[in-house]
Amino acid sequence: MNYGAAQVIAPAQSGHLSVTQLSVYYGDKKAMGPVDMHIPGRQVTALIGPSGCGKSTFLRSLNRMNELIPGCRVEGEVKLDDEPIYGSNVDAVAVRRRIGMVFQKSNPFPKSIYENVAYGLRIGGVNDRSELGGRIERALEQAALWDEVKDRLHESALGLSGGQQQRLCIARALAVEPDVILMDEPASALDPIATARIEELIHELARSYTVVIVTHNMQQAARVSHHTAFFFMGDLVEFDRTDVIFTKPRRPKTEDYITGRFG
Amino acid sequence: MLLVLAVLLVIVIDVVRNGVSRLTLDFLSKGPSEGMTAGGILPAIVGTVAMVVLMTVAALPAGVATAVYLHEYASPTAVTTRIIRVAVNNLAGVPSIVFGLFGLGFFVQFAGRGIDKVFFGGAKVYGQPALLWAALTMAVLTLPVVIVATEEALAAVSRDVRLASAALGATRFQTVVRVVLPQAVPGILTGAILAVSRGAGEVAPILFTGAAYFLPTLPHALHDQFMQLGYHVYVLATQSPDVDATRPLLYSTVLVLLGLTFALNASAIVVRSRMRRKLGSHA
Repeated sequence: MNYGAAQVIAPAQSGHLSVTQLSVYYGDKKAMGPVDMHIPGRQVTALIGPSGCGKSTFLRSLNRMNELIPGCRVEGEVKLDDEPIYGSNVDAVAVRRRIGMVFQKSNPFPKSIYENVAYGLRIGGVNDRSELGGRIERALEQAALWDEVKDRLHESALGLSGGQQQRLCIARALAVEPDVILMDEPASALDPIATARIEELIHELARSYTVVIVTHNMQQAARVSHHTAFFFMGDLVEFDRTDVIFTKPRRPKTEDYITGRFG
Repeated sequence: MLLVLAVLLVIVIDVVRNGVSRLTLDFLSKGPSEGMTAGGILPAIVGTVAMVVLMTVAALPAGVATAVYLHEYASPTAVTTRIIRVAVNNLAGVPSIVFGLFGLGFFVQFAGRGIDKVFFGGAKVYGQPALLWAALTMAVLTLPVVIVATEEALAAVSRDVRLASAALGATRFQTVVRVVLPQAVPGILTGAILAVSRGAGEVAPILFTGAAYFLPTLPHALHDQFMQLGYHVYVLATQSPDVDATRPLLYSTVLVLLGLTFALNASAIVVRSRMRRKLGSHA
């Protein structure tokens, strides 16, 4: 199945990201960039490339999570729907409310399933029980987890399976209704069945959210994404429709990578 | 290992064997009488508990706040951070009698007299050794214990959940209060246990700051003096005109002091393991 094959590059929609001359440094060492890229809204964009190529660094710079790494410095510009996220008057916390993130290792809080999903809402000031209940149910449904957990919402999230925990983390990110969801190898620690469910979910999410996913698994990129960006040695080598990248890439480097000649 | 166990057993057996005979309800519920050769130790029990509780109330928030600042906010390489750390470590190495003198000089003479001058027109209310000052002095002594234990507990909270919280749009403060501290509670309680055991047993810091040789009544206010078990043991052993007559009382007092410390520890351990189970982790 190739979800990306029939898609064309869509015009700018709500939730699109424009990246201009973005470079990231760790101390004095340049880790990535400069990168220019337009990530379309309401679609899935996959970032692929060998380890250390800068794709995770790039992902983290899209919602300013890299600021939590000491010594990390960013140059250039990222805009969400034409609003700069690195502006001097822009709060990183506000950026992360609009651009959520799901991590490689599922990281639920040691709280109940309910409280995990409620977390982002509560810190955003939502405390009304019925509103919380409704939004938690919706988020869990969007994450395809509701039917499995609706009778045990108040049990610990740590009692869920690995795949369920990861979907809970996705639900938690969806609950605050962001525009963009960033995913850093969200299925790499899961078994094939759980991985398939996450992939299905990612495809489903693209109806309402912009999804950017880092993956090591090229079949996964081909299956779930509309667009694919290939990173190598800190540079963006090629960015195009997924079917183009995987069938007739323009750069020899890309072809070498997707055919498995290195990386 | 075995040697430690043997020493502990010898002490406990000796204390229990000699102390248990006088350990009656009267002993626990009456004040000392007849030049401390008869009666009980109720004022000392109440004084010790009151002092330890006050000390914990003072030391725990201050220690936790310091540890949170050091671990969650301060840059690890900043000069101020290093100075604070050096200060904490040195605080832990200061002999306890020095804390007593510090308490006398700072709390009693300076803070106490200051309060008297401002609020009581110079009358001696707080400007003398008192329960409050003894508890605060002991709190300073136990502060490093709380800080170190809390810092370790904070360090044990995984980076993953901090990132998860940040990625959901939480401020650093929200992350600390809602995610990090709840997970650190068992570790913080461990620090509190250690502080309480230390505070219940130390005598030197309260010698000049609040402990009384003999009081027929219980402390009623923060500015009252109080009797304390450890100090009472010292008094019975060395200050009595008739040491032979006080020896059985002495054993029983030691037994009560040991029992109290064990009980405080045990209750804190129970609370801690309950919290751990609630968190569902082995932090």
